[in-house]
Amino acid sequence: MRDEFARAMVALFGQRNDLVFITGDVGYLAIEPIAEAYGERFVNAGIAEQNMVSLAAGLAHEGHLPWVYSIAPFVAFRPYEQIRTDVCLHRLPVKLVGNGGGYGYGIMGASHHALEDVGAMRVLPHMRVYLPLTGADVSPAVSLMAQDPLPNYLRLNTAAQIPGDVPPFAPWRKLKSGRKCVVIGMGPVVGNLYDLGDTALLDDLEIWSVGMLPLGDAPPDLLASIAEKQRLVTLEEHYLACGMAEAVSHLLLTNGVSPRSFTSLHARGYPSGRYGSQRWHQQESELGGPSLRARLEQAVRG
Amino acid sequence: MTDSRPSRGPGRADRTAERVQLEERVFAVKKRFLAMYKRANAGHIGSSLSCAEILVFLKCAWMRDRDTFVLSKGHAVAALYALLAELNVLDARELDSFYGDGTRLPALPPVNTLEQIPFATGSLGHGLSLCAGMAVGAALNRSDRRFFCLTSDGELDEGSTWEAALFIAHRKLTNVVWLIDRNRVQAMGDTEDVLALEPLDAKLEAFGFQVVAADGHDFASLAAARDACAGAGGRPVAIVARTAKGHGIRYMQDTVASHYLPMDDAQYEQALAELASAHAAAVAGARHAG
Repeated sequence: MRDEFARAMVALFGQRNDLVFITGDVGYLAIEPIAEAYGERFVNAGIAEQNMVSLAAGLAHEGHLPWVYSIAPFVAFRPYEQIRTDVCLHRLPVKLVGNGGGYGYGIMGASHHALEDVGAMRVLPHMRVYLPLTGADVSPAVSLMAQDPLPNYLRLNTAAQIPGDVPPFAPWRKLKSGRKCVVIGMGPVVGNLYDLGDTALLDDLEIWSVGMLPLGDAPPDLLASIAEKQRLVTLEEHYLACGMAEAVSHLLLTNGVSPRSFTSLHARGYPSGRYGSQRWHQQESELGGPSLRARLEQAVRG
Repeated sequence: MTDSRPSRGPGRADRTAERVQLEERVFAVKKRFLAMYKRANAGHIGSSLSCAEILVFLKCAWMRDRDTFVLSKGHAVAALYALLAELNVLDARELDSFYGDGTRLPALPPVNTLEQIPFATGSLGHGLSLCAGMAVGAALNRSDRRFFCLTSDGELDEGSTWEAALFIAHRKLTNVVWLIDRNRVQAMGDTEDVLALEPLDAKLEAFGFQVVAADGHDFASLAAARDACAGAGGRPVAIVARTAKGHGIRYMQDTVASHYLPMDDAQYEQALAELASAHAAAVAGARHAG
């Protein structure tokens, strides 16, 4: 999604005169077009993320719309107190962008993964998290963020390839109908459901994609479908704590919907203590490949 | 917050009048915040006494209306509230609510409450970066606004302060003026015993700052520092203001306890008495020097 993001930021620059792009010295072979387009409004703040975020708060205070870009853990965790105090408490429209959310940086290892970023962001006051699924989602997500007066966090990852027509980016999207079980997924890991290549299993799954947190109101047809099928699976490349599944659970209970079977598929960290590609880590956490298929088959039968 | 800086080349009588006026102002501010602390039975008195002259000088003799001040050492916000009341920006009656339930004036700066307090500081190591961001923003807006940041010296333990220092120096943000309240006392002891800062001037110079030394309790010295900034030659300025925590009150001065402890009745009376005699001496000194 990095390239789509860079293109979206360049396009946005043609529409607004208040943008400032700040990078924490990352984005090689990706954000150069942004630097070229933004000129003096492009700032490489160096590898100094705490300063970078407070800097953005100061810029926003002066009426600018700052975008702060880094690898997900370095924009979400390193400057966390600056995000909370300088940005969120003051309700400033600072746009944080984390590349490689989840296991996105694969073999780079645990320091470069972000399995808690969405949770860390969504507990902050006034913060809204944007979660694109496909490459085509990035541009509309960026446009919505530019109009959003609140602090935001954009989680970029390797875009999912979803067959067929995908509805435009939205807080809730129904990707396909299915017979037996509702799946609610967050971000490109949803594409792993299609990658299983198991048509019969896929026919049993009604798949929804969450595009923003907080979740807002639940679509009535989603609630009706969960009530009817009584089977729910959540799928996220993120730890269980403070992730999407918890938000969905709260939403369902608030709406009086309680499925008989609830399966939360989520990142489990590093259970074997070994490292690999993003796909390898996903499989180890039952988020992709045969382990995902087994959990889904279990859920459909449950 | 008026632009009360005298016009170019003030005469001797003008300088004397300005200094006397500043002494009167800081005396009034100190009386106000001592009363606030006493009423609230609260601490952080030493922090406010450490920087009262600096705050008064900035707001009354240096900053223009369009400039912005960030009190990064938010623990001294009582002094700022008192000064804002003195300048009729804040209703003085509201000072009575300091520390109380439902107040707009908590012990550290509030969020989005007063235009003159742009950020809720006090978590240390934020203010300089916030000023840097506002300064870059003002430059992009082709504005000549300036951003004054007062940090404590204990706050220099924070790595983020030095991230900001690198950034300000690298981008030559001369519209940021960094003042350091160098009272040498931090929360649990002498700064040189806790995490040594010296040689501080050399560190700041190595980062790319023009370092200006000042006596943070002397308006003539602060005026000289202000004037020295004009000749910084394109380098950003860091003013190292020598101060004393709990300045002017004998039992408090240079003590860690003055960061924490409230005053009992006798201590309050003693503080007021010492403040009054110090003020009389300062006014006499200003007249004599003039």
